[in-house]
Amino acid sequence: MSAVLSPMIRRRWHPAPVLRTAGALVLLGLAACTGNDPHYALKNITGLVQPLEFRLTDQDGRPVTATDYRHDIVLLYFGYTECPDECPTTLAMLANALRTLGAQASQVRVLFVSVDPHRDTTEVLKRYVNNFGPEFVGLRPDQAELTDLSKRYRIAYHYEKPDKYGNYEVDHSSAVFIFDRDGRARLLSLSDNTAQQVASDLRRLLAAS
Amino acid sequence: MPPVVTDLSYLLPWQFSPTIFILCAVTVTLYVRGIRALGRGADRVGFWRAFTFFLGLALSYAVLQTYIDYLSAHMFWIHRFQHLILHHIGPVLIVLAAPERVLRAGIPAGLRQVRIPAWIRRPMQLVFRFLQHPVVAPILFVGIIFFWLTPSIHFTAMIDTRRYDLMNWGMLADGLLFWWIMLARRQVQGSAAIGYGARLVILALVAIPQLLLGAYITLHSTTLYDVYAICGRAWAISALDDQQIGGLLTWIPAAMMSLVGIITVLYHILHDPAATEVRPRRRLAPAAQPAGGA
Repeated sequence: MSAVLSPMIRRRWHPAPVLRTAGALVLLGLAACTGNDPHYALKNITGLVQPLEFRLTDQDGRPVTATDYRHDIVLLYFGYTECPDECPTTLAMLANALRTLGAQASQVRVLFVSVDPHRDTTEVLKRYVNNFGPEFVGLRPDQAELTDLSKRYRIAYHYEKPDKYGNYEVDHSSAVFIFDRDGRARLLSLSDNTAQQVASDLRRLLAAS
Repeated sequence: MPPVVTDLSYLLPWQFSPTIFILCAVTVTLYVRGIRALGRGADRVGFWRAFTFFLGLALSYAVLQTYIDYLSAHMFWIHRFQHLILHHIGPVLIVLAAPERVLRAGIPAGLRQVRIPAWIRRPMQLVFRFLQHPVVAPILFVGIIFFWLTPSIHFTAMIDTRRYDLMNWGMLADGLLFWWIMLARRQVQGSAAIGYGARLVILALVAIPQLLLGAYITLHSTTLYDVYAICGRAWAISALDDQQIGGLLTWIPAAMMSLVGIITVLYHILHDPAATEVRPRRRLAPAAQPAGGA
Protein backbone atom coordinates (compact mmCIF):
# COMPACT_ATOMS: atom_id res chain seq x y z
CA MET A 1 0.00 0.00 0.00
CA SER A 2 2.70 2.42 0.95
CA ALA A 3 4.39 1.99 -2.43
CA VAL A 4 1.45 3.86 -3.89
CA LEU A 5 0.76 6.11 -0.96
CA SER A 6 4.13 7.21 0.32
CA PRO A 7 4.61 9.97 -2.27
CA MET A 8 1.20 11.30 -1.27
CA ILE A 9 2.00 11.81 2.36
CA ARG A 10 3.80 15.13 2.50
CA ARG A 11 2.05 18.13 3.94
CA ARG A 12 -0.09 18.49 7.03
CA TRP A 13 -3.78 19.21 6.92
CA HIS A 14 -5.64 22.30 7.93
CA PRO A 15 -8.81 21.27 9.72
CA ALA A 16 -11.30 24.00 8.66
CA PRO A 17 -11.77 23.16 4.94
CA VAL A 18 -11.56 19.48 5.81
CA LEU A 19 -14.43 19.67 8.26
CA ARG A 20 -16.50 21.88 5.96
CA THR A 21 -16.20 19.36 3.15
CA ALA A 22 -16.99 16.47 5.49
CA GLY A 23 -20.10 18.24 6.77
CA ALA A 24 -21.32 18.97 3.26
CA LEU A 25 -20.77 15.34 2.21
CA VAL A 26 -22.72 14.00 5.19
CA LEU A 27 -25.67 16.32 4.49
CA LEU A 28 -25.62 15.37 0.82
CA GLY A 29 -25.61 11.68 1.69
CA LEU A 30 -28.49 12.04 4.12
CA ALA A 31 -30.53 14.00 1.60
CA ALA A 32 -29.96 11.36 -1.07
CA CYS A 33 -30.79 8.40 1.11
CA THR A 34 -34.02 9.24 2.86
CA GLY A 35 -36.34 8.96 -0.09
CA ASN A 36 -39.77 8.78 1.54
CA ASP A 37 -42.35 10.32 -0.75
CA PRO A 38 -45.09 12.16 1.14
CA HIS A 39 -47.51 11.56 -1.74
CA TYR A 40 -47.76 7.83 -1.23
CA ALA A 41 -49.06 5.91 1.76
CA LEU A 42 -46.98 2.87 0.83
CA LYS A 43 -43.19 2.72 0.90
CA ASN A 44 -41.67 4.35 -2.16
CA ILE A 45 -39.02 2.13 -3.74
CA THR A 46 -38.62 3.99 -7.03
CA GLY A 47 -35.06 3.56 -8.27
CA LEU A 48 -34.16 1.10 -5.51
CA VAL A 49 -35.57 -2.19 -6.75
CA GLN A 50 -34.87 -3.72 -10.13
CA PRO A 51 -37.50 -3.50 -12.91
CA LEU A 52 -40.00 -6.31 -13.42
CA GLU A 53 -38.38 -9.19 -15.23
CA PHE A 54 -39.01 -12.91 -15.10
CA ARG A 55 -39.59 -16.04 -17.13
CA LEU A 56 -42.12 -18.31 -15.41
CA THR A 57 -45.02 -20.69 -16.04
CA ASP A 58 -48.53 -19.36 -15.48
CA GLN A 59 -51.49 -21.17 -13.91
CA ASP A 60 -52.53 -22.56 -17.30
CA GLY A 61 -49.10 -24.04 -17.90
CA ARG A 62 -48.05 -21.40 -20.44
CA PRO A 63 -44.58 -19.86 -20.35
CA VAL A 64 -44.85 -16.14 -19.56
CA THR A 65 -42.45 -13.23 -19.19
CA ALA A 66 -42.73 -9.79 -17.60
CA THR A 67 -43.47 -8.18 -20.97
CA ASP A 68 -46.78 -10.09 -21.08
CA TYR A 69 -47.93 -7.86 -18.20
CA ARG A 70 -46.68 -4.52 -19.49
CA HIS A 71 -49.39 -1.85 -19.76
CA ASP A 72 -50.84 -3.10 -16.48
CA ILE A 73 -49.92 -2.13 -12.97
CA VAL A 74 -48.32 -5.27 -11.53
CA LEU A 75 -48.42 -6.36 -7.89
CA LEU A 76 -45.80 -9.04 -7.26
CA TYR A 77 -46.18 -11.22 -4.20
CA PHE A 78 -44.30 -14.34 -3.10
CA GLY A 79 -46.12 -17.05 -1.14
CA TYR A 80 -47.49 -20.59 -1.26
CA THR A 81 -50.98 -22.05 -1.34
CA GLU A 82 -50.70 -23.99 1.92
CA CYS A 83 -49.67 -20.86 3.79
CA PRO A 84 -51.79 -20.82 6.95
CA ASP A 85 -52.10 -17.11 7.62
CA GLU A 86 -49.98 -14.51 5.91
CA CYS A 87 -50.67 -15.27 2.24
CA PRO A 88 -54.48 -15.51 2.48
CA THR A 89 -54.56 -12.35 4.62
CA THR A 90 -52.43 -10.39 2.18
CA LEU A 91 -54.23 -11.65 -0.93
CA ALA A 92 -57.63 -10.92 0.65
CA MET A 93 -56.46 -7.41 1.49
CA LEU A 94 -55.34 -6.92 -2.13
CA ALA A 95 -58.68 -8.29 -3.42
CA ASN A 96 -60.40 -5.82 -1.14
CA ALA A 97 -58.29 -2.97 -2.53
CA LEU A 98 -59.09 -3.99 -6.11
CA ARG A 99 -62.84 -4.06 -5.38
CA THR A 100 -62.51 -0.46 -4.17
CA LEU A 101 -60.96 0.46 -7.53
CA GLY A 102 -64.04 -0.71 -9.47
CA ALA A 103 -63.61 -0.81 -13.25
CA GLN A 104 -60.01 0.39 -12.99
CA ALA A 105 -59.09 -2.94 -11.41
CA SER A 106 -58.92 -4.48 -14.88
CA GLN A 107 -55.68 -2.51 -15.41
CA VAL A 108 -54.08 -4.18 -12.41
CA ARG A 109 -52.56 -7.67 -12.20
CA VAL A 110 -51.64 -9.45 -8.99
CA LEU A 111 -48.90 -12.00 -9.71
CA PHE A 112 -48.71 -14.63 -7.01
CA VAL A 113 -45.35 -16.41 -7.36
CA SER A 114 -45.11 -19.70 -5.50
CA VAL A 115 -42.07 -20.21 -3.28
CA ASP A 116 -43.12 -23.85 -2.95
CA PRO A 117 -43.26 -25.09 -6.56
CA HIS A 118 -42.86 -28.65 -5.29
CA ARG A 119 -46.41 -28.72 -3.90
CA ASP A 120 -47.91 -25.84 -5.89
CA THR A 121 -48.60 -27.33 -9.30
CA THR A 122 -50.22 -25.08 -11.89
CA GLU A 123 -53.64 -26.67 -11.18
CA VAL A 124 -53.30 -26.08 -7.44
CA LEU A 125 -52.23 -22.49 -8.08
CA LYS A 126 -55.11 -21.86 -10.47
CA ARG A 127 -57.72 -23.12 -8.01
CA TYR A 128 -56.12 -21.05 -5.24
CA VAL A 129 -55.84 -17.66 -6.97
CA ASN A 130 -59.34 -17.96 -8.50
CA ASN A 131 -60.66 -17.56 -4.95
CA PHE A 132 -59.43 -13.99 -4.91
CA GLY A 133 -60.57 -12.60 -8.24
CA PRO A 134 -59.96 -12.41 -11.99
CA GLU A 135 -56.98 -10.03 -11.56
CA PHE A 136 -55.00 -12.69 -9.71
CA VAL A 137 -52.53 -14.85 -11.61
CA GLY A 138 -50.63 -17.79 -10.14
CA LEU A 139 -47.06 -18.19 -11.41
CA ARG A 140 -44.94 -21.28 -10.90
CA PRO A 141 -41.14 -21.06 -11.06
CA ASP A 142 -38.77 -23.99 -11.22
CA GLN A 143 -36.15 -23.99 -8.49
CA ALA A 144 -33.56 -22.14 -10.60
CA GLU A 145 -36.07 -19.46 -11.60
CA LEU A 146 -37.06 -19.05 -7.96
CA THR A 147 -33.40 -18.56 -6.97
CA ASP A 148 -33.01 -15.95 -9.71
CA LEU A 149 -36.11 -14.10 -8.50
CA SER A 150 -34.95 -14.17 -4.90
CA LYS A 151 -31.64 -12.62 -5.96
CA ARG A 152 -33.33 -10.04 -8.16
CA TYR A 153 -35.84 -8.91 -5.55
CA ARG A 154 -33.62 -9.69 -2.54
CA ILE A 155 -36.22 -11.85 -0.86
CA ALA A 156 -35.68 -14.97 1.25
CA TYR A 157 -37.71 -18.13 1.72
CA HIS A 158 -36.97 -21.06 3.95
CA TYR A 159 -38.53 -24.50 4.23
CA GLU A 160 -39.30 -25.68 7.73
CA LYS A 161 -38.81 -29.33 8.74
CA PRO A 162 -41.73 -31.52 7.57
CA ASP A 163 -43.97 -33.05 10.26
CA LYS A 164 -44.78 -36.78 10.36
CA TYR A 165 -47.38 -36.35 7.60
CA GLY A 166 -44.86 -34.63 5.36
CA ASN A 167 -46.46 -31.22 5.76
CA TYR A 168 -44.13 -28.30 6.10
CA GLU A 169 -44.33 -24.54 6.35
CA VAL A 170 -42.32 -22.04 4.32
CA ASP A 171 -41.03 -18.77 5.78
CA HIS A 172 -41.06 -16.10 3.14
CA SER A 173 -41.11 -12.39 2.43
CA SER A 174 -44.22 -10.43 3.38
CA ALA A 175 -44.01 -7.45 1.04
CA VAL A 176 -45.97 -6.78 -2.15
CA PHE A 177 -43.81 -5.18 -4.84
CA ILE A 178 -45.79 -2.77 -7.02
CA PHE A 179 -44.61 -1.96 -10.56
CA ASP A 180 -45.93 0.74 -12.90
CA ARG A 181 -47.04 0.13 -16.49
CA ASP A 182 -43.44 0.39 -17.72
CA GLY A 183 -42.32 -2.34 -15.34
CA ARG A 184 -40.48 0.02 -12.98
CA ALA A 185 -40.61 -0.81 -9.28
CA ARG A 186 -42.52 1.98 -7.52
CA LEU A 187 -44.04 0.97 -4.19
CA LEU A 188 -43.84 -1.64 -1.49
CA SER A 189 -46.94 -2.67 0.43
CA LEU A 190 -46.14 -3.96 3.91
CA SER A 191 -48.19 -6.19 6.16
CA ASP A 192 -49.52 -3.25 8.17
CA ASN A 193 -50.84 -1.38 5.13
CA THR A 194 -54.61 -1.33 4.64
CA ALA A 195 -56.71 -2.00 1.53
CA GLN A 196 -57.67 1.70 1.49
CA GLN A 197 -54.03 2.77 1.40
CA VAL A 198 -53.22 0.31 -1.38
CA ALA A 199 -56.29 1.37 -3.39
CA SER A 200 -55.55 5.08 -3.13
CA ASP A 201 -51.90 4.60 -4.11
CA LEU A 202 -52.91 2.36 -7.03
CA ARG A 203 -55.33 5.08 -8.21
CA ARG A 204 -52.49 7.56 -8.11
CA LEU A 205 -50.22 5.25 -10.10
CA LEU A 206 -52.98 4.57 -12.65
CA ALA A 207 -53.59 8.29 -13.06
CA ALA A 208 -49.90 9.08 -13.42
CA SER A 209 -49.26 6.72 -16.31
CA MET B 1 -39.49 -32.82 0.08
CA PRO B 2 -38.27 -29.29 -0.40
CA PRO B 3 -35.03 -29.00 -2.29
CA VAL B 4 -31.75 -29.00 -0.41
CA VAL B 5 -28.78 -26.83 -1.29
CA THR B 6 -25.79 -29.05 -1.92
CA ASP B 7 -22.85 -28.52 0.39
CA LEU B 8 -20.35 -27.27 -2.15
CA SER B 9 -22.67 -24.58 -3.48
CA TYR B 10 -22.41 -22.81 -0.10
CA LEU B 11 -18.91 -21.81 -1.14
CA LEU B 12 -20.06 -20.24 -4.40
CA PRO B 13 -20.85 -16.51 -4.57
CA TRP B 14 -24.52 -15.63 -4.09
CA GLN B 15 -24.00 -12.64 -6.38
CA PHE B 16 -20.75 -13.01 -8.22
CA SER B 17 -18.62 -9.87 -8.30
CA PRO B 18 -15.85 -9.92 -10.93
CA THR B 19 -14.26 -6.91 -9.20
CA ILE B 20 -13.84 -8.69 -5.88
CA PHE B 21 -12.61 -11.81 -7.63
CA ILE B 22 -9.98 -9.93 -9.66
CA LEU B 23 -8.87 -7.77 -6.71
CA CYS B 24 -8.40 -10.83 -4.49
CA ALA B 25 -6.66 -12.78 -7.25
CA VAL B 26 -4.25 -9.90 -7.93
CA THR B 27 -3.54 -9.44 -4.20
CA VAL B 28 -2.87 -13.15 -3.65
CA THR B 29 -0.64 -13.27 -6.74
CA LEU B 30 1.36 -10.23 -5.62
CA TYR B 31 1.77 -11.64 -2.12
CA VAL B 32 2.87 -15.08 -3.30
CA ARG B 33 5.29 -13.49 -5.77
CA GLY B 34 6.53 -11.28 -2.94
CA ILE B 35 7.18 -14.30 -0.69
CA ARG B 36 9.15 -15.93 -3.51
CA ALA B 37 11.09 -12.75 -4.30
CA LEU B 38 12.10 -12.19 -0.70
CA GLY B 39 13.42 -15.73 -0.60
CA ARG B 40 14.62 -17.66 2.41
CA GLY B 41 17.29 -15.26 3.65
CA ALA B 42 17.07 -12.54 6.29
CA ASP B 43 14.17 -10.89 4.39
CA ARG B 44 12.03 -14.01 4.30
CA VAL B 45 8.34 -13.83 5.15
CA GLY B 46 7.54 -15.77 8.29
CA PHE B 47 4.79 -18.39 8.34
CA TRP B 48 2.58 -16.59 10.86
CA ARG B 49 2.90 -13.28 9.02
CA ALA B 50 1.72 -14.84 5.78
CA PHE B 51 -0.94 -16.85 7.63
CA THR B 52 -2.37 -13.72 9.28
CA PHE B 53 -2.49 -11.92 5.96
CA PHE B 54 -4.23 -14.75 4.12
CA LEU B 55 -6.65 -15.32 7.00
CA GLY B 56 -7.73 -11.67 6.92
CA LEU B 57 -8.10 -11.75 3.15
CA ALA B 58 -9.92 -15.11 3.15
CA LEU B 59 -12.38 -14.00 5.85
CA SER B 60 -13.17 -10.79 3.95
CA TYR B 61 -13.64 -12.74 0.73
CA ALA B 62 -15.81 -15.35 2.44
CA VAL B 63 -18.32 -12.88 3.88
CA LEU B 64 -18.63 -11.17 0.48
CA GLN B 65 -18.56 -14.06 -1.96
CA THR B 66 -20.07 -17.13 -0.36
CA TYR B 67 -23.49 -18.14 0.96
CA ILE B 68 -22.74 -15.93 4.01
CA ASP B 69 -23.49 -12.98 1.74
CA TYR B 70 -27.04 -14.27 1.17
CA LEU B 71 -27.51 -14.86 4.90
CA SER B 72 -26.21 -11.34 5.66
CA ALA B 73 -28.91 -9.80 3.52
CA HIS B 74 -31.61 -11.77 5.31
CA MET B 75 -30.60 -11.91 8.95
CA PHE B 76 -29.65 -8.83 10.94
CA TRP B 77 -27.14 -10.53 13.23
CA ILE B 78 -25.34 -12.17 10.32
CA HIS B 79 -25.21 -8.77 8.65
CA ARG B 80 -23.55 -7.45 11.84
CA PHE B 81 -21.14 -10.40 11.76
CA GLN B 82 -20.35 -9.63 8.11
CA HIS B 83 -19.51 -6.04 9.01
CA LEU B 84 -17.48 -7.14 12.02
CA ILE B 85 -15.30 -9.07 9.56
CA LEU B 86 -15.27 -6.37 6.85
CA HIS B 87 -14.72 -3.35 9.08
CA HIS B 88 -12.74 -4.84 11.96
CA ILE B 89 -11.34 -8.37 12.01
CA GLY B 90 -10.40 -8.79 8.32
CA PRO B 91 -8.59 -5.44 7.95
CA VAL B 92 -6.93 -5.75 11.38
CA LEU B 93 -5.46 -9.14 10.43
CA ILE B 94 -4.31 -7.83 7.05
CA VAL B 95 -2.72 -4.72 8.58
CA LEU B 96 -1.11 -6.66 11.46
CA ALA B 97 0.67 -8.79 8.86
CA ALA B 98 2.31 -5.55 7.59
CA PRO B 99 2.02 -6.75 3.98
CA GLU B 100 3.39 -3.60 2.29
CA ARG B 101 6.94 -4.94 1.97
CA VAL B 102 5.82 -8.32 0.58
CA LEU B 103 3.28 -6.85 -1.83
CA ARG B 104 5.84 -4.35 -3.12
CA ALA B 105 8.35 -7.11 -3.67
CA GLY B 106 5.69 -8.97 -5.65
CA ILE B 107 5.14 -6.18 -8.17
CA PRO B 108 6.75 -7.14 -11.49
CA ALA B 109 9.98 -5.18 -12.07
CA GLY B 110 8.60 -3.51 -15.23
CA LEU B 111 5.55 -2.19 -13.42
CA ARG B 112 7.58 -0.88 -10.50
CA GLN B 113 9.26 1.70 -12.78
CA VAL B 114 5.91 3.18 -13.86
CA ARG B 115 5.44 6.70 -12.50
CA ILE B 116 1.91 7.78 -11.70
CA PRO B 117 1.24 11.05 -13.59
CA ALA B 118 0.75 14.15 -11.46
CA TRP B 119 -2.87 14.74 -12.50
CA ILE B 120 -3.76 11.39 -10.95
CA ARG B 121 -1.30 11.54 -8.06
CA ARG B 122 -2.24 15.03 -6.82
CA PRO B 123 -5.98 14.41 -6.32
CA MET B 124 -5.15 11.05 -4.74
CA GLN B 125 -2.71 12.77 -2.39
CA LEU B 126 -5.41 15.27 -1.43
CA VAL B 127 -8.00 12.58 -0.79
CA PHE B 128 -5.60 10.45 1.17
CA ARG B 129 -4.32 13.31 3.32
CA PHE B 130 -7.93 14.25 4.02
CA LEU B 131 -8.77 10.70 5.07
CA GLN B 132 -5.63 10.35 7.17
CA HIS B 133 -6.41 13.41 9.23
CA PRO B 134 -6.56 12.49 12.97
CA VAL B 135 -10.05 14.00 13.26
CA VAL B 136 -11.44 12.81 9.93
CA ALA B 137 -10.28 9.17 10.14
CA PRO B 138 -12.08 8.27 13.39
CA ILE B 139 -15.21 10.29 12.48
CA LEU B 140 -15.36 8.45 9.17
CA PHE B 141 -14.78 5.10 10.89
CA VAL B 142 -17.63 5.57 13.38
CA GLY B 143 -19.80 7.66 11.04
CA ILE B 144 -19.98 4.95 8.39
CA ILE B 145 -21.32 2.50 11.02
CA PHE B 146 -24.00 4.93 12.22
CA PHE B 147 -24.87 5.93 8.68
CA TRP B 148 -25.71 2.44 7.44
CA LEU B 149 -27.43 1.51 10.71
CA THR B 150 -29.84 4.45 10.47
CA PRO B 151 -33.09 2.45 10.01
CA SER B 152 -34.36 4.25 6.89
CA ILE B 153 -30.94 4.07 5.22
CA HIS B 154 -30.45 0.47 6.34
CA PHE B 155 -33.71 -0.40 4.61
CA THR B 156 -32.59 1.04 1.28
CA ALA B 157 -29.19 -0.68 1.54
CA MET B 158 -30.80 -4.06 2.03
CA ILE B 159 -33.32 -3.69 -0.79
CA ASP B 160 -31.05 -2.08 -3.39
CA THR B 161 -28.21 -4.24 -4.66
CA ARG B 162 -26.07 -1.26 -5.63
CA ARG B 163 -26.34 0.39 -2.23
CA TYR B 164 -25.74 -2.97 -0.58
CA ASP B 165 -22.52 -3.36 -2.56
CA LEU B 166 -21.52 0.24 -1.86
CA MET B 167 -22.08 -0.33 1.86
CA ASN B 168 -19.96 -3.48 2.02
CA TRP B 169 -17.22 -2.06 -0.19
CA GLY B 170 -17.14 1.08 1.89
CA MET B 171 -16.88 -0.95 5.09
CA LEU B 172 -13.90 -2.95 3.84
CA ALA B 173 -12.15 0.06 2.31
CA ASP B 174 -12.64 2.18 5.42
CA GLY B 175 -11.63 -0.74 7.66
CA LEU B 176 -8.35 -1.16 5.76
CA LEU B 177 -7.72 2.59 5.77
CA PHE B 178 -8.51 3.18 9.43
CA TRP B 179 -6.64 0.18 10.81
CA TRP B 180 -3.66 0.88 8.57
CA ILE B 181 -3.54 4.46 9.86
CA MET B 182 -3.87 3.19 13.43
CA LEU B 183 -1.72 0.06 13.43
CA ALA B 184 0.95 0.33 10.74
CA ARG B 185 4.38 1.39 11.96
CA ARG B 186 5.08 5.08 11.55
CA GLN B 187 8.11 4.62 9.31
CA VAL B 188 5.89 2.89 6.77
CA GLN B 189 3.34 5.71 6.78
CA GLY B 190 5.58 8.70 6.12
CA SER B 191 5.67 12.16 7.62
CA ALA B 192 1.91 12.70 7.96
CA ALA B 193 1.54 9.64 10.19
CA ILE B 194 -0.43 10.16 13.37
CA GLY B 195 1.71 9.88 16.52
CA TYR B 196 1.39 6.76 18.64
CA GLY B 197 0.04 8.67 21.63
CA ALA B 198 -2.74 10.23 19.54
CA ARG B 199 -3.56 6.78 18.18
CA LEU B 200 -4.15 5.46 21.68
CA VAL B 201 -6.61 8.27 22.30
CA ILE B 202 -8.39 7.73 18.96
CA LEU B 203 -8.67 3.97 19.51
CA ALA B 204 -10.20 4.49 22.94
CA LEU B 205 -12.56 7.19 21.65
CA VAL B 206 -13.92 5.24 18.66
CA ALA B 207 -14.90 2.39 21.00
CA ILE B 208 -17.35 4.59 22.94
CA PRO B 209 -19.93 5.40 20.21
CA GLN B 210 -19.78 1.79 19.05
CA LEU B 211 -20.49 0.60 22.59
CA LEU B 212 -23.40 3.01 22.89
CA LEU B 213 -24.86 2.06 19.52
CA GLY B 214 -24.50 -1.66 20.25
CA ALA B 215 -26.15 -1.24 23.63
CA TYR B 216 -28.95 0.84 22.11
CA ILE B 217 -29.71 -1.85 19.50
CA THR B 218 -29.43 -4.72 21.99
CA LEU B 219 -31.64 -3.13 24.63
CA HIS B 220 -34.23 -1.64 22.27
CA SER B 221 -37.59 -3.25 23.01
CA THR B 222 -39.08 -2.90 19.52
CA THR B 223 -37.80 -3.88 16.08
CA LEU B 224 -35.55 -1.18 14.64
CA TYR B 225 -34.90 -2.77 11.25
CA ASP B 226 -38.09 -3.92 9.53
CA VAL B 227 -36.48 -4.91 6.24
CA TYR B 228 -35.75 -8.46 7.43
CA ALA B 229 -39.44 -9.13 8.13
CA ILE B 230 -40.41 -7.50 4.83
CA CYS B 231 -37.97 -9.41 2.62
CA GLY B 232 -37.93 -12.59 4.68
CA ARG B 233 -35.41 -13.97 7.17
CA ALA B 234 -32.97 -16.69 6.19
CA TRP B 235 -34.53 -18.96 8.80
CA ALA B 236 -37.16 -18.71 11.51
CA ILE B 237 -35.96 -16.62 14.46
CA SER B 238 -37.84 -13.96 16.38
CA ALA B 239 -37.13 -10.41 15.23
CA LEU B 240 -36.02 -9.33 18.70
CA ASP B 241 -33.66 -12.29 19.16
CA ASP B 242 -32.12 -11.44 15.81
CA GLN B 243 -31.80 -7.78 16.81
CA GLN B 244 -30.30 -8.56 20.22
CA ILE B 245 -27.61 -10.89 18.85
CA GLY B 246 -26.84 -8.29 16.17
CA GLY B 247 -26.65 -5.58 18.83
CA LEU B 248 -24.25 -7.64 20.93
CA LEU B 249 -22.03 -8.20 17.87
CA THR B 250 -21.94 -4.42 17.39
CA TRP B 251 -21.30 -3.83 21.08
CA ILE B 252 -18.75 -6.27 22.53
CA PRO B 253 -16.32 -7.11 19.69
CA ALA B 254 -15.99 -3.43 18.75
CA ALA B 255 -14.51 -2.64 22.16
CA MET B 256 -12.30 -5.71 21.95
CA MET B 257 -10.91 -4.61 18.59
CA SER B 258 -10.00 -1.22 20.05
CA LEU B 259 -8.21 -3.10 22.83
CA VAL B 260 -6.30 -5.17 20.25
CA GLY B 261 -5.41 -1.90 18.53
CA ILE B 262 -4.21 -0.29 21.76
CA ILE B 263 -2.01 -3.31 22.60
CA THR B 264 -0.52 -3.18 19.09
CA VAL B 265 0.27 0.53 19.38
CA LEU B 266 1.82 0.02 22.82
CA TYR B 267 3.99 -2.69 21.26
CA HIS B 268 5.10 -0.21 18.58
CA ILE B 269 5.95 2.38 21.25
CA LEU B 270 8.11 -0.13 23.11
CA HIS B 271 9.87 -1.54 20.05
CA ASP B 272 10.05 1.36 17.64
CA PRO B 273 13.09 3.62 18.12
CA ALA B 274 11.34 6.41 16.21
CA ALA B 275 8.60 6.52 18.82
CA THR B 276 10.83 8.15 21.40
CA GLU B 277 12.37 10.75 19.11
CA VAL B 278 11.57 14.35 19.90
CA ARG B 279 10.43 15.49 16.46
CA PRO B 280 9.58 12.38 14.51
CA ARG B 281 7.37 14.27 12.08
CA ARG B 282 10.41 15.87 10.47
CA ARG B 283 11.80 12.52 9.48
CA LEU B 284 11.67 11.48 5.87
CA ALA B 285 9.98 8.18 5.28
CA PRO B 286 12.69 5.58 4.67
CA ALA B 287 10.01 3.21 3.40
CA ALA B 288 9.67 5.36 0.27
CA GLN B 289 12.78 3.65 -1.09
CA PRO B 290 11.87 0.01 -1.58
CA ALA B 291 14.57 -2.27 -0.24
CA GLY B 292 13.49 -5.65 -1.57
CA GLY B 293 14.27 -6.73 -5.12
CA ALA B 294 12.98 -9.40 -7.46
